[in-house]
Amino acid sequence: MAVARPARRYAIRLGVSMALYVVSMIAGVYLVRQQHVTGPILWPLALLPGLGIVGAFYAIGMLILETTDEFLRMLIVRQVIYASGLAMAAASIWGFLENFELVAHIPAFYWAVAWFAGFGIGGFVNRLTLGASGRC
Amino acid sequence: MKNRLKVLRAERDWSQQDLAHRLDVSRQSVNAIETGKYDPSLPLAFRIADVFGLAIEAIFLRD
Repeated sequence: MAVARPARRYAIRLGVSMALYVVSMIAGVYLVRQQHVTGPILWPLALLPGLGIVGAFYAIGMLILETTDEFLRMLIVRQVIYASGLAMAAASIWGFLENFELVAHIPAFYWAVAWFAGFGIGGFVNRLTLGASGRC
Repeated sequence: MKNRLKVLRAERDWSQQDLAHRLDVSRQSVNAIETGKYDPSLPLAFRIADVFGLAIEAIFLRD
């Protein structure tokens, strides 16, 4: 059925992205801490986990583009709106608090974590208000 | 927006899944439209009308 195919492709893309993230993360930590790798090789080691996360964003974007069921697509878009609102609000507020040295510094990749938390909250809100939470 | 989807389905003895299959959408979509939680786009409303062989205004009613 046409409804299921985008969800399947999403699962594959997300799985590949998360595999890249986990493997590159473990390899990077091992090489830097155990093998004391330094120099230019640190660039790809640092970039690969980030690209894994980019892959997850890509998978969600493609899910929106490929989902032909308009109601399911709306559910995902609502989740993305919640995720973006939460992550951008948290980053903005924390940034100014940090600027005035009221809170500790947070590495920027945690805003992606905040985004995915917002994505989950969006799914929960969809479930509460529309009785459905989409496919991711 | 109110609609007569549930009645029209019942008249034909179709489940939500049956209607979803005919429309090539998910059962969740049919349920959301039927319960008034989601108003379909005009193209989907026309497809629904075609499936039931009725005019759109015979299925969807003004609030």
